[in-house]
Amino acid sequence: MDILLGIFQISLEQGLAYALVALGIVISFRILAFPDLTVDGSFVLGGAVVAKVIVLGYPPLIGIILAILIGFIAGCATGLLNTRLKINSLLAGILIMTILYSVNLRVMGRSNTPLLNYITIFTPFERMEWRWLSIVIFFALIVFAGKFLTDLFLHTQVGLAMRATGDNEQMIRTLGVNTDNITVFGLGISNAFVALSGALVAQHQGFADIGMGIGMIVAGLASIIIGETLLRAKSVGLMTLAAILGSFIYRLIITIGLWLGLAPTDLKMATGAMVILALGFPALKKGKEEKLHLRGI
Amino acid sequence: MVIIENLIKIFNRHTIDEKVAIDGIGLEVVKGEFITVIGSNGAGKTTLLNLIAGTYLPDEGKVFIDGREVTLLPEYQRAKYLGRIFQNPLMGTASSMTIEENLAMAELRGKSRGLSWGVTKRQRDRYKEFLKILGLGLEDRLSDRVSLLSGGQRQCLTLLMATLSLPKLLLLDEHTASLDPKTAEKVIDLTDRIVRENELTTIMITHNMNQAINFGDRMIMLHEGKIQFDIKGQEKRHLTVEEVVKRFGEKLEDETLLCKPVVE
Repeated sequence: MDILLGIFQISLEQGLAYALVALGIVISFRILAFPDLTVDGSFVLGGAVVAKVIVLGYPPLIGIILAILIGFIAGCATGLLNTRLKINSLLAGILIMTILYSVNLRVMGRSNTPLLNYITIFTPFERMEWRWLSIVIFFALIVFAGKFLTDLFLHTQVGLAMRATGDNEQMIRTLGVNTDNITVFGLGISNAFVALSGALVAQHQGFADIGMGIGMIVAGLASIIIGETLLRAKSVGLMTLAAILGSFIYRLIITIGLWLGLAPTDLKMATGAMVILALGFPALKKGKEEKLHLRGI
Repeated sequence: MVIIENLIKIFNRHTIDEKVAIDGIGLEVVKGEFITVIGSNGAGKTTLLNLIAGTYLPDEGKVFIDGREVTLLPEYQRAKYLGRIFQNPLMGTASSMTIEENLAMAELRGKSRGLSWGVTKRQRDRYKEFLKILGLGLEDRLSDRVSLLSGGQRQCLTLLMATLSLPKLLLLDEHTASLDPKTAEKVIDLTDRIVRENELTTIMITHNMNQAINFGDRMIMLHEGKIQFDIKGQEKRHLTVEEVVKRFGEKLEDETLLCKPVVE
């Protein structure tokens, strides 16, 4: 029982910590229909910025705010490459992700910045009696505030235009919306969420590392797919909720996998396989049905 | 209202595929006028609408809407003047969004959008009244996603969306062509009613000769990028399919394939 409780606790904590990444990916992949790969870089960017600010001796809150702003700029950069320079969306994301690798090394000055001996946003929790619970509540407050604000925003006039940009770009352009600007802005918000997550995760795990963002996009996608499948999410509120729930379930699966003996080195492979299965399942199923049909059954 | 001066559009210029789509069209549309446009495939009908709407920019010539030159204005900046409906019912609405959200977006055509609530209670009540005009029962389905509607229902909604903000110019691009005959008839009647009630200046492309003759105050036929004939006023009112065939028979030779007149 203790082990199961432990697995649940770890998964909930991790799931909430990474839920903001999934929330960001909902905005880029789902709302804007823009496959944005900046995420792997902007996640580290958030961690690197907050680590640098903390090491320099400033309050962690300033680092977090700065991480959000710089994450926003990184997302806008990808959007600008796509809309102004007409670079393919996938390539635009890959370019900024690659550039961010150098930027992140520049920001930190090295590939790993330990934060264990510094005051972080989690330092006040150290002395608390219910440490795990308080951290989970803290994460949950931020994540659900993010979800709530996103839901609200997507129901405003600009938010409707953003959803229409992903749904039917031609139509909303004939209604007088500059879809280029909307795309740039949306990717900014998306990566601001991702950078915020990176900033929180770095402080939570006690270090920022240049490799901490590898596979983040795939993990986030896995979360979204799991959540959407469970909730059959079509409306905005359900979609953002699905991202959070999916993030938790994804971490649960990973934690159980590790407990059952999955080597940490194989984690990314397992996640990749999970996403391939989930994305490919409908096609496989359809193919099978067609074959059956051909055989006259 | 709309003035078009010597418009020329050439696709694939200086290549072997060079095609003169619009070859020096001049046209003046009076406020409140309802023009129908016919012509065979490749006559330049859709290109003409695209040039007016700003989807393409012309190689030569000028376009004025409501006294303002818009020749080089990007599409989204002309939106405040224009309402547009395409042949494909899927093109005019955002399918993952609800009926009321689609209407609310259309109502803000060409206006600045802010962070105020997308659909307010007052808007919702108003949309309910508007949707009753359609007689499709959509007034009780405001928060249904548009993907749940049929093609005809979506086209009716698009029509309502295009006219909600009373555009200076309504562009209809064979908007009934992909509907079944019964639905098409309903949509065209509704179009006529909305256009007349609001005195909207309208240019409607159609493949259907009967539609072109029975609706509108003026009929234009395009052929190879030029205006072939232009009938208005008294003459248009008394126009019949037989007469068109008689007068423009030779020119219609290949056009009739697509807009076969029903001679009874």
